[in-house]
Amino acid sequence: MAVIAPTDFRKRKERRKWQGRAFFVLCLLAITVALGMLLVLLIYIGMKGWSHVNWSFISSFPSRHPDEAGIQSALLGSVYLVIIAGIVSFVLGVGAAVYLEEYAGRNRFARIAQINIANLAGVPSIVYGILGLEIFVRSMGLGKSLLAGGFTLALLILPIIIISAQEAIRAVPPSIREGGYALGASRWQTIWNLVLPQAFSGILTGVILSVSRAIGETAPLIVIGALTFVPFSPDGPLSRFSALPIQIFNWTARPQAGFQEAAAAGIIVLLIVLLGMNALAVILRNRLENRS
Amino acid sequence: MLQADPILQTKDLSVYYGANRVVTEVSLDVLRNRITAIIGPSGTGKSTLLRCFNRMNDLIPTFHLSGEVLFEGNNLYEPTVDATDIRYQIGMVFQRPNPFPKSIFDNVAFGPRINGYNGNLADLVEWSLQRAAIWDEVKDRLKSSALSLSGGQQQRLCIARTLAVEPTVILMDEPCSSLDPIATLAIEELMRELSEEYSIVIVTHNMQQAARVSNYTAFLMAEGDRVGQLVEFGESRQIFTNPQDERTEAYITGRFG
Ligand SMILES: Nc1ncnc2c1ncn2[C@@H]1O[C@H](COP(=O)(O)OP(=O)(O)OP(=O)(O)O)[C@@H](O)[C@H]1O
Ligand SMILES: [Mg+2]
Repeated sequence: MAVIAPTDFRKRKERRKWQGRAFFVLCLLAITVALGMLLVLLIYIGMKGWSHVNWSFISSFPSRHPDEAGIQSALLGSVYLVIIAGIVSFVLGVGAAVYLEEYAGRNRFARIAQINIANLAGVPSIVYGILGLEIFVRSMGLGKSLLAGGFTLALLILPIIIISAQEAIRAVPPSIREGGYALGASRWQTIWNLVLPQAFSGILTGVILSVSRAIGETAPLIVIGALTFVPFSPDGPLSRFSALPIQIFNWTARPQAGFQEAAAAGIIVLLIVLLGMNALAVILRNRLENRS
Repeated sequence: MLQADPILQTKDLSVYYGANRVVTEVSLDVLRNRITAIIGPSGTGKSTLLRCFNRMNDLIPTFHLSGEVLFEGNNLYEPTVDATDIRYQIGMVFQRPNPFPKSIFDNVAFGPRINGYNGNLADLVEWSLQRAAIWDEVKDRLKSSALSLSGGQQQRLCIARTLAVEPTVILMDEPCSSLDPIATLAIEELMRELSEEYSIVIVTHNMQQAARVSNYTAFLMAEGDRVGQLVEFGESRQIFTNPQDERTEAYITGRFG
């Protein structure tokens, strides 16, 4: 039988300490690189575009002259798209999540649906663009309209919304449901009056975060035929439209330095909108959670 | 003085979760305006039996039963019976207080609202809170969250919530197990008062509690594959002073279980 001398332990302890330190440095390096890249990106964009961001940039339509070009139509297009996508995906997503969590139990259909939803969340966005083109633009005859774009984005974020809504619903303790049933509440009354109000803040956070992902999507909108030059504001759900990322994409493809600046300015606006929506999600969640 | 007016009865009731039988051929009468205690070791189907009386087990997919459960003479498990109709006539108070994350008022008003009550809601809420002996403590803060109450207050609120739909039977599953001795005594006192108007069935692990508050006691036990069989049922005074079955005696004197 081998005898372990105390010195063996000491050596091992030395090595363990050393390993721990090396791992810590590695992690620190990783976060520094990640944050550093982000910082470089922000500084680069900021230097290039900040001087370009002003009211006339936000309130003007696109133009052939870089100094006059603005993002009003693209910004409005993005806002309308996001509102349509948000409402549609909220209604469908919550409905689907309630079905899967409260009604389906363990039946086969629900299991298959569940697996597919998880897979759909990973489908590339351009595929949703092709789907939107076939269904909304052509079959339903909506044309290359805001409505078609909004519906397409709604489909794109639907899987994530369903999954996050399911998690929010699952987080409501069973004792609350039992309390409702024990008073003679029907399933519908229990879900509507007890489960959904408690899950609401979680659901809303999921919706806002997914919608803020949708606002940056370019590929599916290009596929369904969003315009790059829209010298008018959208005047209804069937209006043709542009969107911020598409406008930015268009400008970056131009040779003139002025358009490069406009693109950087557009990115700044897009980032501000994004940050604003994420902040809204956090504020709403805190509000609603404090209230209950 | 066993008067022959049962409000709830089971006849040869066996309950299964999947293939697992957890209540075995129980025949039991719960008498009107009396407190009936169900005692027995852990896992012998006490909660399961209790939850048959208001069809709460319906929520468990694998649940099924054989035999009959009668409420005022009618079979509760007849296909034509709507479980939601049963549940507000046969209220239930749970082991852990489960107030809704709403105001105190809304907690009590919830039941009447969903059952379409069209009288004066404020009066009904006050009456229920008074019946549950918690009105004085909460009357100045009906609008604040029920979650701000202490555990004992929450449990009395849950009792008030149950009373607000005017049930005839109240089922209680270890209602005092998460409460301190003072809150426990308050609830026991309350049960005694309530039994003048309601029929109460209580599951408890606390022998003294069963002896103190109940008029009748049922003792459930597991023996081999006969889980949840009714060993003895009778007046509490007799069960606790002069049990007929030696297994009952062994259990109440703490020799097993
Ligand atoms: N939802 C369920 N699905 C499957 N089996 C269950 C379920 N609920 C309870 N059981 C089983 O049924 C048996 C009786 O459970 P029950 O909760 O009725 O016992 P109990 O007498 O109330 O126990 P305790 O005193 O610990 O509360 C146990 O073996 C338990 O594992
Ligand atoms: Mg139990």
